Amino acid sequence: MRILVCVKQVPDPNTVVYQIDPGTKRLVRDGVTNVLDPGAEVALEAALQLAERDGESTVTVVAMGPEDAEDAIRRALAMGAHDGALITDDALAGSDALGTAKALAAAIGQIGFDIIFCATESTDGYSGMVPGMVAELLGIPHLSFIRSLEVRDGVLTGQRVIALGYQTVQCPLPLLVAIASGSHEARYPALKGIMAAKRKKVEEYTLADLDLDPDDAGEAGARERVLELLPVEERQAGVIVEDNGDGAARIAELLRQRGVL
Amino acid sequence: MGAVWVYSEIYAGRPAPVALELISKAAELGEATAILLGRDAAGAASVAGEYGAARAIVDARADYDEHLAPAAVPTLAALVRERQPALLLFATTYDSRDVASRLATRLDRGVVTNATGIEADGDGFRILTPWGANTIAVCELTGPGTRIVLVRPKAFTAVNSGGACAVEQFAGPLDAATTAIRVVETVEETTQGPLLSDSKIVVAGGRGLGNADNFGLVEELADALGGAVGASRAVVDAGWRPYGEQIGQTGVTVKPDVYIACGISGAIQHLAGMKGAKTIIAINKDPEAPIFRSADLGIVGDALTVLPQLIAEVRRG
Ligand SMILES: Cc1cc2nc3c(=O)[nH]c(=O)nc-3n(C[C@H](O)[C@H](O)[C@H](O)COP(=O)(O)OP(=O)(O)OC[C@H]3O[C@@H](n4cnc5c(N)ncnc54)[C@H](O)[C@@H]3O)c2cc1C
Ligand SMILES: Nc1ncnc2c1ncn2[C@@H]1O[C@H](COP(=O)(O)O)[C@@H](O)[C@H]1O
Repeated sequence: MRILVCVKQVPDPNTVVYQIDPGTKRLVRDGVTNVLDPGAEVALEAALQLAERDGESTVTVVAMGPEDAEDAIRRALAMGAHDGALITDDALAGSDALGTAKALAAAIGQIGFDIIFCATESTDGYSGMVPGMVAELLGIPHLSFIRSLEVRDGVLTGQRVIALGYQTVQCPLPLLVAIASGSHEARYPALKGIMAAKRKKVEEYTLADLDLDPDDAGEAGARERVLELLPVEERQAGVIVEDNGDGAARIAELLRQRGVL
Repeated sequence: MGAVWVYSEIYAGRPAPVALELISKAAELGEATAILLGRDAAGAASVAGEYGAARAIVDARADYDEHLAPAAVPTLAALVRERQPALLLFATTYDSRDVASRLATRLDRGVVTNATGIEADGDGFRILTPWGANTIAVCELTGPGTRIVLVRPKAFTAVNSGGACAVEQFAGPLDAATTAIRVVETVEETTQGPLLSDSKIVVAGGRGLGNADNFGLVEELADALGGAVGASRAVVDAGWRPYGEQIGQTGVTVKPDVYIACGISGAIQHLAGMKGAKTIIAINKDPEAPIFRSADLGIVGDALTVLPQLIAEVRRG
């Protein structure tokens, strides 16, 4: 099978303090360390496990982003993906979800696929829009929030998380699956993998390669405009006390005041 | 202001609680229309009317129930193209996101997600979405046509004003890209879901409890207080608790009278789902834990010590 995984580079969620530039009204990315999205690592893990069970599959990672998003692709290659595709063009900066999906779908259409993996949502944008949009542009079904899956005779069977539990769903390939965040433990790249990743191929795509209308891409194509930024009303912190054996009693007292006890 | 439509998921024969929140908001913004698809659509329409819908567009075929939510996409696309409502609202749920993302693509429209506020502004709308921990971005959607906005649960209040709505039957098209999926079975792992989102008291536990067994203390306290059990994502990801109990940006949003956070650090994605609680109580070993910045009462201590004492105290009454 030809397996594609859409991976995004994001500001490192462990260190980033999200700041908005009041001028451009965009996320400040200077001085921020970027990493392969932890959610995308989980999706890639699910894809790698499928490829390993199958034995005859290739896993290609696809990312849209600035030049240095290649680092995220290299990380994915070190985890075990076979090759990568980077869609990068200054004209793509500031794309909204649909602009991003158009670029991804155009590249994916050229590469070809049997199944596409995404994360259910990205760690920085968390719109959860891109997977459904890519699937719609390619005219294939998509399944969101999948926690486990199996492919047999060209049909995927998977468990989709719902509020009360899960549903078992089935769909013939080709299709797109969006993987639930905590469903797989992403592997840590071994040194051998890191060395091998350096020699793996990363194909670059520009707007012209993808035959995309510049009006559809980047800032020009984005239909969401930020008008202003407002401060959030912060909750006031109350009383913080050390537990000296009376912690439970203090909570009970407050519960009584609130009429709960 | 023109028509404001709400794609209303149906739950237990009624519009889902979040759909009622959106219908009441839509009635404030303009003429509210509820779009109800599936077996129970007709019955759900009368409830939509009580919460402010002036009209309901109903397609009561079972096809929508037999497939996943995206089966609604061709029907919605046909309706929007024909009638061009000013605004189409969806809830930020996984099902509604699946519908909205495909619909926006089919109509070539932008979307705003995770909205927590909407104000009419001339011909358009000012849409409020949280950006990080301390900023709200006010945005607008540009270009012609219907604005598509996904709204977080509990952003608005459902108001039963006891009205009735005009019901229109519509038979929408179905297509292969959205109906190729078969639901083989549905398995319930918890009965907490809807109870949690509307419970007046929520006791939630985090990774600080150490393991799934210790989480039993959270259940015991919730039980003693007559409240619901909630969890952080770390706990759900670790498999200690089912997803239906996850509170936060990517889980359930709660607005209880009392929220007790045990061994939860208070990451902004968790706060997104519970900071609307009237009273927040936190138990955490680390005095620097961010949860304390939002807590009315914070106990710096070991949850494994404090919880058994508290359970005993509560049981004494
Ligand atoms: C896109 C995205 C979406 C997310 N959505 C959600 C969401 O919906 N909900 C959510 O909860 N998280 C969400 N997260 C994850 C979030 O960022 C945090 O990682 C998560 O909330 C942490 O869970 P926790 O507080 O249980 O664990 P930790 O952050 O590990 O905190 C454990 C806490 O327990 C304390 N502790 C340890 N031992 C004890 C003890 N014996 N007694 C008392 N306290 C103790 C520690 O001091 C610490 O503060 C999301 C993250 C991303 C990137
Ligand atoms: N720029 C991007 N490059 C590659 N994949 C992306 C990009 N943006 C989004 N995706 C994919 O879509 C998923 C959901 O992203 P989002 O819709 O932004 O929440 C991500 O986890 C990726 O799998």
